[in-house]
Amino acid sequence: MAARRAGLAGALGHWTVIVTFTAALSFPFLWMLITAFKRTSDLYNVENNPFVFNQAPTLEHLRLLFQETLFVRWFLNSTFVGAVVVAITLLLAVPAAYALARLTGRWGQQLGIGIFLTYLVPPTLLFIPLSRLVAELHLQDSIWSIVLVYPTFTVPFSTWLLMGFFKSIPRDIEEAALVDGLTRFGAFLKLIIPISVSGILTVVIFAFTLTTQDFVYALTFISTAEHQTVGVGVPIFLVRGDVYYWGSLMAACLLASLPIALVYNVFLDRFIAGFTVGAVK
Amino acid sequence: MAIVETRHLTKQYRRGGPSAVDDVSLRSAEGEFLVFLGPSGSGKSTLLRMIAGLEQPTGGDILIGEQVVTDLAPRDRRIAMVFQSYALYPHLSVRENIQFPLKAQKVPRADHARKVRWASDLLGIGHLLDRRPRELSGGERQRVALARAIVREPSIFLLDEPLSNLDAKLRASAREELARFHKQTGTTTIYVTHDQIEAMAMGNRVVVLHQGLVRQIGTPREVYDEPADTFVATFLGSPPMSLLAVGDVLAGIRPEQLLPAAMVQGTPLRFRFRVTNVEYLGSERLLYGKLEGSRFGDQTVVSRVAASAAGDFSEGTAHDFAVDERLVKLFDKTSGKRITSRPLAWTA
Amino acid sequence: MTVDAPAHGAAPTPAPGPAPAPAPLGGRRHRFGPEARATWLGVFMISPAILFIILLIGVPFAMAFVYAMSDVSIASTGIHFVGLQNFRSVLQSPAFRRALVNSAVFTVASQVLVLVGATILSLALKDAFRGRGFFRFLILLPWVAPISLGSIGWKWILDSIYSVINWGLAALHLVDKFDPPMWLGTPALAMISVILVHTWRMLPFSTVIMLAGLTSIPKEIPEAANVDGAGFFRTLFQITMPMMRPIMNVALLFGVIFTFTDMTVVYVLTRGGPYDTTQVLPSLAFFTGVLGSDLAEGAAISIFLVPILVVVAVLMLRTAARSEVT
Repeated sequence: MAARRAGLAGALGHWTVIVTFTAALSFPFLWMLITAFKRTSDLYNVENNPFVFNQAPTLEHLRLLFQETLFVRWFLNSTFVGAVVVAITLLLAVPAAYALARLTGRWGQQLGIGIFLTYLVPPTLLFIPLSRLVAELHLQDSIWSIVLVYPTFTVPFSTWLLMGFFKSIPRDIEEAALVDGLTRFGAFLKLIIPISVSGILTVVIFAFTLTTQDFVYALTFISTAEHQTVGVGVPIFLVRGDVYYWGSLMAACLLASLPIALVYNVFLDRFIAGFTVGAVK
Repeated sequence: MAIVETRHLTKQYRRGGPSAVDDVSLRSAEGEFLVFLGPSGSGKSTLLRMIAGLEQPTGGDILIGEQVVTDLAPRDRRIAMVFQSYALYPHLSVRENIQFPLKAQKVPRADHARKVRWASDLLGIGHLLDRRPRELSGGERQRVALARAIVREPSIFLLDEPLSNLDAKLRASAREELARFHKQTGTTTIYVTHDQIEAMAMGNRVVVLHQGLVRQIGTPREVYDEPADTFVATFLGSPPMSLLAVGDVLAGIRPEQLLPAAMVQGTPLRFRFRVTNVEYLGSERLLYGKLEGSRFGDQTVVSRVAASAAGDFSEGTAHDFAVDERLVKLFDKTSGKRITSRPLAWTA
Repeated sequence: MTVDAPAHGAAPTPAPGPAPAPAPLGGRRHRFGPEARATWLGVFMISPAILFIILLIGVPFAMAFVYAMSDVSIASTGIHFVGLQNFRSVLQSPAFRRALVNSAVFTVASQVLVLVGATILSLALKDAFRGRGFFRFLILLPWVAPISLGSIGWKWILDSIYSVINWGLAALHLVDKFDPPMWLGTPALAMISVILVHTWRMLPFSTVIMLAGLTSIPKEIPEAANVDGAGFFRTLFQITMPMMRPIMNVALLFGVIFTFTDMTVVYVLTRGGPYDTTQVLPSLAFFTGVLGSDLAEGAAISIFLVPILVVVAVLMLRTAARSEVT
């Protein structure tokens, strides 16, 4: 009987932990959801229970967001930047990762580690020198400034991720291709890349989500509201004077976060593989 | 040194689904080396794990030392277990590994050093105490696992295919060590394996399992010479027994029983044996062939002939072979069960 | 150069590579042979990435040091070397000292909370249960959502008048409805708020990493501990957690980097206020360098991030190397 009683207590403890943590972590998003649909008069009434719709829900905040702010513009900007940066990242990282995966001995491994370590150099260190560079190239206040700079954090980690992925492809495949008459580069293009589609897709998603996270570069390099990304536009420009339009703000946060969350979840396990740096076999 | 008993032990993973262990009742003797033998999926590991308490049975009871332990956690059963991978704690030294059960069972600290020394001396690993598991060879790891098991002086040992991770060469000597270990400690041991040679060599008795059911429990000699059904008959012995259909009966002939007629005593049944394939194994030859002219003409049977036997048994040759009628085993064709009462009514 | 890759994730311990083939008596024959071509191809394929990294990470990294030792501002044209003057003035500034302390406090406090929380949560998520995927999705939201958006969400939650947390606390009669805590307006509470947001954001990340570590422990180990007589807590503290140490290290090191070098949470939540009391090194560097136009001083402030980066990088390399021995 002791075993069964312990089982019940364990299950209860287990569920308490799960529910408490989940609630605490996801509560802000629930609150965003409620705020986005609550009437302003309902929101700004301290007497009201904030969890209940004391007045009927409204679409006013959404309307304002889409019709009277640059939210859609920012969303498009972010998407555009993400897409171009992903393309650049793939062009740089895929060949590099392949070369590193097949390179032998000290050089290959050391170089791979070195590239990974550059990921640790933070934007908050580089942004000042880079702001000068951006100015020299006359890219200030242009979306191309961040297109140029974002690969600095997507390329190192993507290269590392892909390196691990390529290493797991048995060499026999390329060797068979060489015997069959392909060149090494031909084998790379026609065999390795098609095989690696899922790994490359992982990197695409990962790099894209990384670009959505940036704040300091976009804030530093871009000054006009029209050229901003979603990550900077929403917290900075959705205010009129000193007044925050919380309803629209929360709607914007939710709309910008959820798609990324959905996609990220699908590819989670692979991202983790990249982070664990071989500490886990 | 306790007796392990299961009563109608059953395990189903899904309600109404197939039984991994099906109504198994057995009782070990004190100090016995009992082997659970069977192919993968036979339920032998599940049975062991239920005895250990790592899995909950769906029905039935388990008794250790005449005490019902079915609802007890593993730590309360006074058992020790050696896993297939040995499960040594990688972050602890050998000494700390062996000491761990003592700490867990709250054995007084003053006794720890003495017990660890006793266990490590028994297994000859005193010189390895400060190493980490990753620095040890396969055989050394087995000894550490055994030391860790014995240090608590448990009432029974459970061993889950401990030799399967070792090289073939190492297996024989490790097997001998285990046998010696059992003799020294005298603890009731349950040993799970799919290797029938291990089972025959080490076991006092063998429990042959297939698809969750116990097919036979007996000494190695009993399960080999008096198999209870066709499964036991063909599982034990390599190459397996040849089964020939005679009417509604299957006649089983072991390879070493089908020999040149001159070498067969008793009441010989004669055949014309044509060799189709020969395997020369050094100490013996395995002859694969057909019994020409008999009703089993198109069935391949096996004969094991000692290297010293005279004669050219190459491919294509035919010989006068025979089998002693008294040694032929009869099985019911539909149930597979052994028939012992009927005499063989033979019409070739 | 032969092709001989070590296993994925193998340590940076140099494998003894084969010695380059000595030039045979025929000489010419091997220089453009297949192996040499493979090497050249490798170099060709890796150079764009290397070039990019050198130009856009390496050079700016060096320039940060140069700027820090100059008097560059947004308007200036040339660079005049001024030695360690910027560092000296920065170290004497109380705002900087406050920011340095804050950076350390915020990072340590949040990472401790994250480590404890992630351990508990990862243990709860280890075994499959119905709906685990759904819960995992919700748990990941803080990490996946852009930092700035999560932070602005918290700004609303901690609003001085309409904070939903205050409403809850008032409803439970834990605070006075008419004098609720000013989460972002009082120095002490503002610091707590920043720590809270950092913890909230990093917890999912560390949890998922530790989960990977947990699932890599072979099932037989806790079973053996159970048979050996260990109860839940002994197994947890003496077997499971020690075995998870390498992965905890990784989670911790990444957590330190991501928290210590972040300026977004502070910028969005408090702008460093009230009165610079929640300023951290990166945000101070931003205010000084970009908004204050003093690039040199801004660079000098951000240079102080480097020691932490170096320490973390070294520790990470050691963790990776050590775990190879298992």
